Amino acid sequence: MQAQSADLLVRPVRARDLDSIIAIDAQITGIEKAEYWQERFHRYGERKRQPCFFLVAECDGGIDGFIIGEVRDWEFGTPACGWVFGISVRPEARLSGIGTRLLDALCNCFKNAGVSKVRTLLVFDDMLVMTFYRSQGMMAAPIITLERNLE
Amino acid sequence: MKLQKSTVIALCSVLEAAHEPGRQISSAGIAEKYGVSPHHLAKVLRRLGRAGLLESARGVGGGYRFSGNAKRVTLMDVIGLFEEMIVEAAGQREKAASTDVERAIAQVLGEIDETAKAVFKSITIATMLRLIERQNRVAGQSPPV
Ligand SMILES: CC(C)(COP(=O)(O)OP(=O)(O)OC[C@H]1O[C@@H](n2cnc3c(N)ncnc32)[C@H](O)[C@@H]1OP(=O)(O)O)[C@@H](O)C(=O)NCCC(=O)NCCS
Repeated sequence: MQAQSADLLVRPVRARDLDSIIAIDAQITGIEKAEYWQERFHRYGERKRQPCFFLVAECDGGIDGFIIGEVRDWEFGTPACGWVFGISVRPEARLSGIGTRLLDALCNCFKNAGVSKVRTLLVFDDMLVMTFYRSQGMMAAPIITLERNLE
Repeated sequence: MKLQKSTVIALCSVLEAAHEPGRQISSAGIAEKYGVSPHHLAKVLRRLGRAGLLESARGVGGGYRFSGNAKRVTLMDVIGLFEEMIVEAAGQREKAASTDVERAIAQVLGEIDETAKAVFKSITIATMLRLIERQNRVAGQSPPV
């Protein structure tokens, strides 16, 4: 079942959404990070300066999910594009199209900001998130992450 | 990355059938379209049938229809039926490596295998069908199936 546009509103985050966001994140990750989300809100939500976007999905007065992204110039030497930094949907509200609506809304913000590409970075064996992004038509970017233990 | 012929045929057959879930696909048609012998195709289709991805349709002309869940069946579910290599490779290579040189090579090849597996596991049949549609839209063509 897809989330109907009448039931669901995707809008910029407000300060009063933070408790719900912290709760959704804690439910997913098992760690409550109030300070971290205050900082994210300050950086991506409160600061009205484009091109940072922090959007929430509101349904019947409650918050069912959120997405954060930003347009960045010359990241890794590539032309400006929109980066999705995180998306989360409340487990009980999943598979009804909310993730898709959030990503679509963020992509519209990116397009309005003048870019024509969206990217994200994720752990490659996180099959849930990976399958979601794949379902949205996202393919591998010409970027690879490398790492090394510091000896 | 190169997949075995059987694997490629299996993917094509599943995608052709999943494109119209209720529709019966003719094995003769698939054999001709993808230039594969009917005998080889029959073997591949039997395997997909045993895995519950296709079911044979009775009646005149006989054929197959998709019987999986396109939103949940991944490329890995199909590929894994034919390419034990990919599923097992990393572990086996590391076990077989007895020298430092072989271990280093096994580590690099293991990295490639892990990436390939993550790609195949994250792409569902439904996602592939959308990709085909998108490619056709871009190319201004009608659907291939
Ligand atoms: C990934 C996530 C955002 C998807 O949200 P959602 O609202 O369920 O997504 P949608 O309903 O729009 O699903 C769109 C498509 O994604 C794919 N998908 C989503 N969940 C899936 C699942 N559990 N299994 C298989 N495919 C899935 C499907 O193709 C689905 O389309 P379908 O419903 O037609 O099958 C959500 O599962 C989530 O929040 N996961 C945890 C994210 C996380 O860990 N965040 C913290 C770090 S960023």
